[in-house]
Amino acid sequence: MPEIQMRNFTMNFGPQHPAAHGVLRLVLEMNGEVVERADPHIGLLHRGTEKFIENRPYLQSIPYFDRLDYCSMMMQEHAYVLAVEKLLGIEVPIRAQYIRVMFAELTRIMNHLLNLTTMALDVGAMTPLLWGFEEREKLMGFYEEVSGSRMHANYFRFGGVNRDMPAGLPERIAAWCDSFVHVFNDMDNLLTENRIFKQRTVDIGKFTVEQCLDWGFSGPMIRAAGVPWDLRKAQPYDCYDRMDFDIPVGKNGDCYDRYLVRVAEVRESLKIMRQCLREMPDGPIRPDDRKVTPPPRTEMKRSMESLIHHFKLYTEGVHVPNGEVYAAVESSKGEFGVYLVGDGTNRPYKCKIRSPGYAHLQALDALGKGHMLADVVAIIAAMDIVFGEIDR
Amino acid sequence: MDANVSEATPEPAHVLAPLQAHCANLLGDRLLDARIAYDELTIEVPAQRIVDVLTVLRDDPGCLFKVLLDVTAVDRPENEQRFTVVYHLLSMKHNRRIRVVAATDEFTPVPSVVPVFSTANWFERETWDMYGVMFSDHPDLRRLLTDYGFDGHPLRKDFPLTGYVEMRYDPEQQRVVYEPVKLRQDFRSFDFLSPWEGSGLLPGDEKASN
Repeated sequence: MPEIQMRNFTMNFGPQHPAAHGVLRLVLEMNGEVVERADPHIGLLHRGTEKFIENRPYLQSIPYFDRLDYCSMMMQEHAYVLAVEKLLGIEVPIRAQYIRVMFAELTRIMNHLLNLTTMALDVGAMTPLLWGFEEREKLMGFYEEVSGSRMHANYFRFGGVNRDMPAGLPERIAAWCDSFVHVFNDMDNLLTENRIFKQRTVDIGKFTVEQCLDWGFSGPMIRAAGVPWDLRKAQPYDCYDRMDFDIPVGKNGDCYDRYLVRVAEVRESLKIMRQCLREMPDGPIRPDDRKVTPPPRTEMKRSMESLIHHFKLYTEGVHVPNGEVYAAVESSKGEFGVYLVGDGTNRPYKCKIRSPGYAHLQALDALGKGHMLADVVAIIAAMDIVFGEIDR
Repeated sequence: MDANVSEATPEPAHVLAPLQAHCANLLGDRLLDARIAYDELTIEVPAQRIVDVLTVLRDDPGCLFKVLLDVTAVDRPENEQRFTVVYHLLSMKHNRRIRVVAATDEFTPVPSVVPVFSTANWFERETWDMYGVMFSDHPDLRRLLTDYGFDGHPLRKDFPLTGYVEMRYDPEQQRVVYEPVKLRQDFRSFDFLSPWEGSGLLPGDEKASN
């Protein structure tokens, strides 16, 4: 029999591939159907957000944070406003803290609905997507009611939120929480014990705790490996220390456990939202500090000082003192951090955005080695990759 | 907004003071400076010994900073060593964060910490791409976020916001072409800083000083 020369071949996956969850170009070195090496090429959605932020007054940078991870918008605003608040040293009124926490959890559900259902779609189940997106649409309705925008909310402000919730919204959200449980249970029933779904995800892309730490994992990715690490518990920000919830952890650190952790997280988020709605006090939503908060419209018409404050805040903007801070939130994907260097002027000297998906995606080579091509799709889906935050 | 309160010398009661003392003990002459500001601990170390320092911080039982969250640089062109490379570490065991900074210039490479933390790979590639900070012994120091064949380091302070080239699809050549940036109107950078508060000189100040 003649000797046959076997050779690995190189394959391009993406950048225009529905399972790449955006614009991921993967250069895969394949040995038959088995992936030998994966080299992700990112940056196709690079917009230079950090350079923009350096050239804008602090307030004008909040919308950029919506556009990073466009599936969990308010959480990223949260990290940024926390960083600026830390530099400014201002207190957030308690009602604003509750609103922020509730909308952060609402956002988490929104993000997980997208991720869980598209993950199911990637491995061959279509129904959860159709059901999940209907609920997601309602959540975007709540976004619109509170901020005027379905996705890019631009709602959080330094020291609070832009405006109070409109009348009736808390009741509508509470009603949604009750109805959503049934839909979510149905989705859970469809997927969790589904044989095909389990065949495609169990024991795929396994990582030990040590590997997770080495690769800088956070969020559901590290909790799936069994580390009960959650910034909401460990380093609580805003009113998370008052919230009563559990941290779901996995055992095996594979794609299936990542899925299970996210499913459990949705239920915990519902719990937090309900508690927020139950306990939310009345009161102001922004601090009474005219160097940070613009005066109300009516006051502006009567008081010269208010008019000056308003003018200064919207032209010159907030002055932030010298110093460097790092503020992080437990975003739906993991630790989302903002490293902010202020130089005493109205613009940040530097702003570095630490996105969780960036750390996860670079481990794709280690996670996918020796797996089949179709498993790489499942691994990417379970990582919860969104290119807005990876490329920035 | 009196932020200077937290910026002043750390009171002995500060929760991070024991960690600061522990780091000083542990690192000895490798520690150039340690400060607590805004409830965050920053230590400065020589760039050439960064691998050594991060290994110690990772493995020492009193530190156990096992997660490298972020690597980036801050560009201050007026300084002789214009870049400050910044490492953010997290210890889940002790629930503490630490920031390690090291100064370097455009030409001196910083030793890569990929052998200590695998996750440093992309972060260092990005820092090279965005700032042009070199990392020695990095396994794969390619550009990461910018376009294939990109020239320059966009996050440097002397790189213009508009960039140097723009890209469009040319229907005649049937391909994407790069051209120098043409602005339809002058680039507008509004300086809203109050001249009474800023550090800049007012027009006419040079007469006063003469």
